[in-house]
Amino acid sequence: MSLAPPQRVWWKPLGRTERLWVTLAVLWAVVLFLMMLVWGAVGKQDTPVETYRTTTQQFTAVTDEFVKNYQVGTDKGVPVVAPPPGGDAYLRASRWAWYPVLELKKGQTYRIHLSSTDIQHGFSLPQEVFSLNYQVLPGYIYVVTLTPPEAGEFPVVCNEYCGIASEKVGHHSMVGKIVVKE
Amino acid sequence: MATQATAFRTCPVTGFRVHLPAQKLVIVNAVAGVLALTVGGILALLIGLTRWQAVHLLPADLYYRFVSMHGMTMLVFWMVFFEVAGLYFGSTVVLNARLVKPAIGWLAFVLMAVGAVLADVVMLVDKDSAIMFTAYVPMQASPLFYLGVILFAVGALVAVGLFFVTIVAAKVEGRHRGSLPLVTYGLVTAAIIAVFTLLGGAMAFIPTFLWSIGLMAQLDPETYRNLFWAFGHPAQQVNLAAMVAVWYTLATLTTGAKPLNEKLSRFAFLLYILFINLGSVHHLLVDPGLSSPMRIFNTSYAMYLAVVASMVHAFSIPSAVEVAQRAKGYKGLFGWLIHAPWKEPGFAALAVSMVMFGFIGGVTGVLQGMMQLNMLAHNTLMIPGHFHATVVAGTTVAFMGLSYYLVPLMTQKKLVGMAWARWQPYIYGFGLLLLISGMWLSGRMGVPRRSWDVFNFGGAPTFGTDAFNAASGTLALLGIGAIIAVIGGGIFVVIMVSTLLFGKKQQG
Ligand code: HEM
Ligand SMILES: [Cu+2]
Ligand SMILES: [Cu+2]
Repeated sequence: MSLAPPQRVWWKPLGRTERLWVTLAVLWAVVLFLMMLVWGAVGKQDTPVETYRTTTQQFTAVTDEFVKNYQVGTDKGVPVVAPPPGGDAYLRASRWAWYPVLELKKGQTYRIHLSSTDIQHGFSLPQEVFSLNYQVLPGYIYVVTLTPPEAGEFPVVCNEYCGIASEKVGHHSMVGKIVVKE
Repeated sequence: MATQATAFRTCPVTGFRVHLPAQKLVIVNAVAGVLALTVGGILALLIGLTRWQAVHLLPADLYYRFVSMHGMTMLVFWMVFFEVAGLYFGSTVVLNARLVKPAIGWLAFVLMAVGAVLADVVMLVDKDSAIMFTAYVPMQASPLFYLGVILFAVGALVAVGLFFVTIVAAKVEGRHRGSLPLVTYGLVTAAIIAVFTLLGGAMAFIPTFLWSIGLMAQLDPETYRNLFWAFGHPAQQVNLAAMVAVWYTLATLTTGAKPLNEKLSRFAFLLYILFINLGSVHHLLVDPGLSSPMRIFNTSYAMYLAVVASMVHAFSIPSAVEVAQRAKGYKGLFGWLIHAPWKEPGFAALAVSMVMFGFIGGVTGVLQGMMQLNMLAHNTLMIPGHFHATVVAGTTVAFMGLSYYLVPLMTQKKLVGMAWARWQPYIYGFGLLLLISGMWLSGRMGVPRRSWDVFNFGGAPTFGTDAFNAASGTLALLGIGAIIAVIGGGIFVVIMVSTLLFGKKQQG
């Protein structure tokens, strides 16, 4: 009984089924481990690992510069910016907006630099099934390499709680936009 | 009743020698836990009905406050109060020993109680302090919030220390000889993990507290996340190890099962201590700042070895039950299972807890904890979907099951409402199944956790989207599940409170 002290000698060898079970469990763990490596090598989607440090002032300046250079219009008062195909794009999170609106071309590969200028936010790109999610921190830049496979308008929502000012403005209203053109 | 001088009584049912001061502490800690569970459960219903977008019960401000309070009250206060009760029980009653210094136990209790009330009240009255139990910097709560958490953690650390000293004393005084019983051994692993958990908590919360009163510079946000999860994740391993210890207890109490192979079961507990703390990086898989080898090392080597440990228990406990049942003469491939004591609340809780923890919590955990898949799940409702299967359907159900025996044993009162207790684990488990499915399926469509309005985004967002409208059905499932689960939880609370207040005095 598990509430009583075990009999004097309790380090007995495992039974046959126990050995089989443990072996299977360990093998399965090895398979999962290998899957992460294999997918890293052959898979097309992987967690980005390119990150570097910044300061909030610096990142603010870089995004402003980016907007100045490549702005092509405005949408609801937010600049729409079309980065050069294959080039760098910047997306700034701050309470409670994603800035600016990005206009990308289908099939081109972009390096999207993500960071925050105040507190933590969450970058989330909902898809029909599943979504793509990254933590966005002030002081760190995350470089997400992304090739849009189809044209359309895609929302970017914030999925790290970042406070609220009112019912209308706050974490849950922090939605941005990425437009992909043919 | 034993005399006051020896301060022991012998339980007529189990034959345990019960140290009366320990008994009191077990009762107050368990009661505090059930109180926390009650508060957390009421909040659960309100936030569940808010996430159900068709109902959308609470205003935004209250929703965020209540999510913050629900997380903290349940995950930290309910779990830890109950675990402390379990530690005192496992180190005294199970070993027929005395609690070394009851006064220290009371000190721990007061620290924990004051800390818990302080943290909850601050989150309730101060909107800016309701920043979720994770309290990620640079968001800043009132210093009193951090102080509450620190007081609670210090109290818990004191209780854990008292547990260790009590076990050593039981050996030294010769009240207990030989190896520890498996259950106490499991609690020792839980307590060891609790020590470095609480140290991690101190490293996260003390600097943050000092920052909030202006005495220290702000912690780097990634450093904070690292430290926070050095606390937050192992804390779940404490819950896990305690839950498994409870599983063994329930299997023994309800079917008379003996551990099949003590060596294997003990080795599996050891794996928890060694590995799962390293696995905590799975909370940071999509953070900037970690390299791929680091992520893969932590999620595979460290996490999977702990998972293997859980697989061992998942095998040992059912087979121990099978052996015990066959010894009673139940034959056939499934005869032992069909004739299991399904109407015994402890067995019902054991079954619900093991099945839901393993098949839902374990599977979603291993999947979502893989480096690449985490990117699809992070901060969506898939995450609460996963941990309501582990820490609620698993741990909480197991603790409820244990309470049906622990409380009558400790209070010497007959359980009130046995007929309800038989059904309670199933009702609660069924509600949770719906809740978890609703969360997980919504999260799969990208619906964020901790978000008040995923249809209209507060009514006047700059950009909206109808990306989440397809989740209206699964969010309804979440809400309906919440209602049923809260009813199931309510039945438990009512049974416990009635037993305490109106239970018939039993011989003892
Ligand atoms: C009646 C049972 C319960 C129901 C219906 C329930 C429901 C919920 C809901 C709806 C959320 C909010 C999800 C969101 O909007 O992001 C939530 C969050 C949470 N729940 Fe529960 N819950 C229950 C029991 C528990 C228990 C027993 C625990 C712990 C042992 C727990 C731990 C948590 C935690 C840690 C969070 C996350 C809070 C945060 O995001 O900061 N829940 N729960
Ligand atoms: Cu945000
Ligand atoms: Cu946010």
